[in-house]
Amino acid sequence: MSAEIRSKVIGLYKHLQYLGREYPGPNGPQKFRQQIRDAFLKHKDETDPKKIMALVAHGRYVAKEVEALYSLKKYRALKQRYYD
Amino acid sequence: MSRVLVGVKRVVDYAVKVRVKPDKTGVVTEGVKHSMNPFDEIAVEEAIKLKEKKIASEIIAVSVGPTQSQEVIRTALAMGADRGVHVEVSGKDYDLLQPIHVSKILAKLALDEKADLIIVGKQAIDDDSNQTAQMTAAVLDWPQGTFCNKVEKTDAGLNITREIDGGLETIKTKIPAVLSADLRLNTPRYATLPNIMKAKKKPLKKVTPKDLGVDTTPRIEVVSVEEPPVRQAGALVPDVDALVGKLKEGGHI
Repeated sequence: MSAEIRSKVIGLYKHLQYLGREYPGPNGPQKFRQQIRDAFLKHKDETDPKKIMALVAHGRYVAKEVEALYSLKKYRALKQRYYD
Repeated sequence: MSRVLVGVKRVVDYAVKVRVKPDKTGVVTEGVKHSMNPFDEIAVEEAIKLKEKKIASEIIAVSVGPTQSQEVIRTALAMGADRGVHVEVSGKDYDLLQPIHVSKILAKLALDEKADLIIVGKQAIDDDSNQTAQMTAAVLDWPQGTFCNKVEKTDAGLNITREIDGGLETIKTKIPAVLSADLRLNTPRYATLPNIMKAKKKPLKKVTPKDLGVDTTPRIEVVSVEEPPVRQAGALVPDVDALVGKLKEGGHI
């Protein structure tokens, strides 16, 4: 794996682990972070740069979704408290 | 091009169940997760949007509070603010700090830093005062745009759409002005890890209210803080007649 791709993969992993710290639900953070770990481990033997980049793109999509989930959760909580 | 001052407050996180202290002097804050007031996040996001549109040149994040308030300034810096000012108020002074003090501090800082725009959240989710923007505008004698839903730059100043009861109101203001962000102004961004690291290197100035010539000695006293009353348990009634009887008994019909 080239250094460039390697840093992208590690960056994505760190970002997802960081996002997981606030995952809702009982044991949400632990569960989410373990799932991320498993997902990365599943593809640890992948060597084709194209496939790796496709997986990274999918990971970034997941990160975007999680961010959207958090902001929606916060928006709903505030809306319920102050506007309903 | 203008300089924007953003007020950020450190509050108990929105997702935390707030508990009153047994001695009724306030709410439990020790060991409780704190974060930036959600409405202030919206204010920071709006300032960053203005910078991205090249309307703003510099964003200064200001927080008034104890040392931990620097965490929320760092969050604002990680989101995209350029530098921070921490006005240190702690202990009893902070417990009884009122919007009037904060607005005087913000007004003084705005003049010192030559800011052209102040953006704050419409209210903090802990004390729900909803006064800081209004009073800051009054102290500075600047126009105010409160409960902003949309902010647009025009040649003469700003076009602001405000959220009012049952609708929207559009007003025009000149610059400098004080704005307060409402919930639907924008969606705050999530700070990325590299930006959080970079934020640690951004300048953060520490001042005291005394340096700014603002007196923050408490003028109020907290008499008692209590939980809202618990909802009374309901009862099942067997049929309509019993229901009507119960309602009559309760004096509802």
